[in-house]
Amino acid sequence: MSDHSPATPASERLEVRKTYKLFVGGAFPRSESGRTYEVTTAGGVFLANAAMASRKDARDAVLAARKGFGAWSAATAYNRGQVLYRIAEVMEGRRAQFTADVREAEGIDESAAEAQVDAAIDRWVWYAGWADKLAQALGSANPVAGPYFNFSVPEPTGVVAAVAPQDSSLLGLVSVVAPIIVSGNAAIVIASTKRPVPAISLTEVLATSDVPSGVVNVLTGDAAEMMPWLASHGDVNAVDLTGITDPELATSLERDAAGTVKRVLRPTATADWSGDPGLSRLRAFVETKTVWHPMGV
Amino acid sequence: MPFEYAPAPESRAIVDLESSYGLFIDGAFVDARGGTMFKTVNPATEEVLAEVSEAGADDVDRAVAAARIAYESVWGPMSGRDRAKYLFRIARLIQERSRELAVLESMDNGKPIRESRDVDLPLVAAHFFYHAGWADKLEHAGYGPHPRPLGVAAQVIPWNFPLLMLAWKVAPALACGNTVVLKPAETTPLTALAFADICRQADLPPGVVNILTGAGETGRLLVEHPGVDKVAFTGSTEVGKAIMRSAAGTGKRLTLELGGKAANVVFDDAPIDQAVEGIVNGIFFNQGHVCCAGSRLLLQESIADEVITSLKRRLGTLRLGDPLDKNTDIGAINSSSQLARIDELVKSGEDEGAERWSAPCAIPDRGWWFPPTVFTGVTQAHRIAREEIFGPVLSVLTFRTPDEAVEKANNTPYGLSAGIWTEKGSRILWMAQRLRAGVVWANTFNRFDPASPFGGYKESGFGREGGIQGLGGYLDVEGNR
Amino acid sequence: MTLVDALPDSSPGSLRRFLQGLPGVDEVGAVGRAAALGTRSIKKDAKAWAIDAAISMVDLTTLEGMDTPGKVRAMCAKALRPDPTDPTTPSVAAVCVYGDLVAVAREAVGDDLHVAAVATAFPSGRASLDVKLMDTREAVAAGADEIDMVIDRGAFLAGEYGMVFDEILAVKDACGPAHLKVILETGELRTLDNVRRASWLAMLGGADFIKTSTGKVSPAATPPVTLVMLEAVRDFHETTGRLIGVKAAGGIRTSKDAIKYLVLVNETVGDSWLTPDLFRFGASTLLNDLLLQRQRLATGHYSGPDYVTID
Repeated sequence: MSDHSPATPASERLEVRKTYKLFVGGAFPRSESGRTYEVTTAGGVFLANAAMASRKDARDAVLAARKGFGAWSAATAYNRGQVLYRIAEVMEGRRAQFTADVREAEGIDESAAEAQVDAAIDRWVWYAGWADKLAQALGSANPVAGPYFNFSVPEPTGVVAAVAPQDSSLLGLVSVVAPIIVSGNAAIVIASTKRPVPAISLTEVLATSDVPSGVVNVLTGDAAEMMPWLASHGDVNAVDLTGITDPELATSLERDAAGTVKRVLRPTATADWSGDPGLSRLRAFVETKTVWHPMGV
Repeated sequence: MPFEYAPAPESRAIVDLESSYGLFIDGAFVDARGGTMFKTVNPATEEVLAEVSEAGADDVDRAVAAARIAYESVWGPMSGRDRAKYLFRIARLIQERSRELAVLESMDNGKPIRESRDVDLPLVAAHFFYHAGWADKLEHAGYGPHPRPLGVAAQVIPWNFPLLMLAWKVAPALACGNTVVLKPAETTPLTALAFADICRQADLPPGVVNILTGAGETGRLLVEHPGVDKVAFTGSTEVGKAIMRSAAGTGKRLTLELGGKAANVVFDDAPIDQAVEGIVNGIFFNQGHVCCAGSRLLLQESIADEVITSLKRRLGTLRLGDPLDKNTDIGAINSSSQLARIDELVKSGEDEGAERWSAPCAIPDRGWWFPPTVFTGVTQAHRIAREEIFGPVLSVLTFRTPDEAVEKANNTPYGLSAGIWTEKGSRILWMAQRLRAGVVWANTFNRFDPASPFGGYKESGFGREGGIQGLGGYLDVEGNR
Repeated sequence: MTLVDALPDSSPGSLRRFLQGLPGVDEVGAVGRAAALGTRSIKKDAKAWAIDAAISMVDLTTLEGMDTPGKVRAMCAKALRPDPTDPTTPSVAAVCVYGDLVAVAREAVGDDLHVAAVATAFPSGRASLDVKLMDTREAVAAGADEIDMVIDRGAFLAGEYGMVFDEILAVKDACGPAHLKVILETGELRTLDNVRRASWLAMLGGADFIKTSTGKVSPAATPPVTLVMLEAVRDFHETTGRLIGVKAAGGIRTSKDAIKYLVLVNETVGDSWLTPDLFRFGASTLLNDLLLQRQRLATGHYSGPDYVTID
């Protein structure tokens, strides 16, 4: 172009804006619907157009998650721990970006945003350590009254569809996703509708930190549109309704989940994600398998 | 020379039946407000055993209120040590009355006395003993330093193991400090009412255990009652889904133990004679009225004919008849409606082209019976390979490789149990890891123990009963189910 | 492939492959099955029938260093007429003695009963093959029509199946017309897998009966061991068409126990095996308990030890 635009002063570089896409099966597709929606800062300044995922994107995410579940659940616990720790390492290197994302998304100051990012990174580290301890904390050797060896182990439930908290755009998101995947589940997570940017940045970390494709799938858009499809999907094993703020929607999703007896983690009122997570989220998405074998000669 | 076993009936004299029973609410037997009664029948003879009250909405209110008061004033505040002692008392009383309870169970349910005496009742007592010990040790169970009970538990149980299912529900609930309102199945209320008497003998505080008899409507009123904090249900997947829907948005904690269509996988290197026993025990135990029954037999093709021959020979020795005869292996079908369901699915198997074989045994004139039946030539597409029959009907399928066995075994919406038969240890663990089922029996089948958690994957339900994992269903721990 | 396709020739390699290729036995499952059958309740007519059947299946046995012709004659008298007060009582199947007392026994029972001799350096079997064959031939020559041989457990446990097999063949040959019972001494084989293999080895070698024990090693006969042996004869019959008997010996002292074994036979191989030709008890004290129970059924009241004879 010969015409030098007067809109940009010569002293300032024109920024390259990112296209905010979905993260499904390790790739970054646009929504099949072609829809986007405007994302602003907490203060109302335009940030980006994010993809407005549809039920078909949700369906694709289920396919990707099911595919990812096979290898991820079969990986050694040690390996899964390594991968989660790797996520923390890569996030640490992009601390500044996440801080900016969170500050803009949540409208908090720099140090508060830093605290959120640090806590999110630390949360990955904490959960990374659980990978190879979960079976010892939740499993057991059971003293049955007979000549049998009997043991119980926790196993991943399968494909989990989760709604990330609406307020806590990064720490809340990580606090939901990490306990789902550390035990070997595959997650489809719907990011905070109004604050999706930290989640989108996280997908870039996930794509570059040894997380096998399909293990985490991130959708942006409206949970109320997608979740009924996910909660009633025959190949979804559990739903995490943490970020559902409308009680009627939560109730209706619970009802949908009953169609295939999905495990349901109900919405949590918690706004503060900084506390000790405990084992509850880990427990919510594991099954106990008990194996019997005779002991004889 | 034929060796004919003479009849060896267990005496009914030990059972003292009343002509009618009330509801057990707040420590006393009371009449149902609505006054409606229903009959409970011996399925082996169609003889009416007693009339039982049908609890209505008022009765459910009363029972839940009694449970709430008992929870808040007595059982909740009570020390774990004292709760333990009550449970130990109950366990001992069950042992002391076990013959009576076994006979009563066989009369009301139709199951052979051999099973009620040797399986159900010992497990019932064991379940109370096991959980008694937990009552004052909950802080060591891995649910945090101060695990709290949930409150009032609504419990609805099926007719296949009436007293055992009661024990699975009541023992952990009480051990964890909850109070209960329990509804036994419509067709098998009598041992639950006998259990109410045991609670009385044990001086259990009034309202800690309440027993409401009735049918599906009573159950619905109970689980939907706003005053309950916890719903535990064992029964059909269909009803389980309805309960899950009704509990949506209420915050009630749920444990669901639903249907199953378990694969029992036999490899060519299996201990064949024991595998045949395991197949028989897997599907013909309790007339196949077992949610975890090994109803789909997956045989490796190379040994299929040999195993089927052995199986048929073995089934020829099963003795069907009077449940109270100590030599009976196969008792009565619990109700005419269950028999109709079995008939319907068996007919579908025939219509869909599977080959039916039934053991040649005489069927008594009165009562509801079904002979041990095996379908061969079954494929994954047949209804009898997909739907829970809940009767003595086995569907036989074949496979060629371990991968195919896993694929077929998991190809069901259910995931309660599975069986593996092979002498190769490595293959057992490989299979056990891949089978999506809550209980995997390797070189055995249908074993139960209070220390061993039981419960399903997928549409077989969620939550566990038994073991340290089972306590989570009755404690206020986030994420428990 | 069925077992008949896999039947071995007599080469050691072939035998080994065959025996080790037999389906394994899960001990817990076998013990559980035997225990479950042990809960059968046999009453009234069935019990009366079972007691008479059991009496008729007893190999009345004395195998002591202190055995004398007098003791053997007394035992033979009892074998012929177990209950002198009740002539309807059946006689036992056979008397079983050491080889040197066969002649005494044969003279005492005439042709009315079988005379079984333990042979082949009973009970340990630790002697040369020549000695074992001599032992066998002498017993047959003295009038034994049943030979209870022991297998070389050492050789079996060392995996020398061919050696054990050859020995059984040779003893069978030495038996001539006498029936051969092969004692596996299951208490020394220890595992049920070994019991199944030894049962097949004995049957392939020509045994007419397979027998659990010498009675000199504990445990002797147990229901699970007997169950596995019954399964072996059942499978052997299906494979070859030949009927092989089973003898449970040692440790069976009460009528209740004996009836459990009859139930085991009835429900494992079927009632065609419930004949002295195909099932035996090796016992000394069992007979008196059977007689006491028989008297109880006949008279309606409990009898006492002074009402049965001690021989």
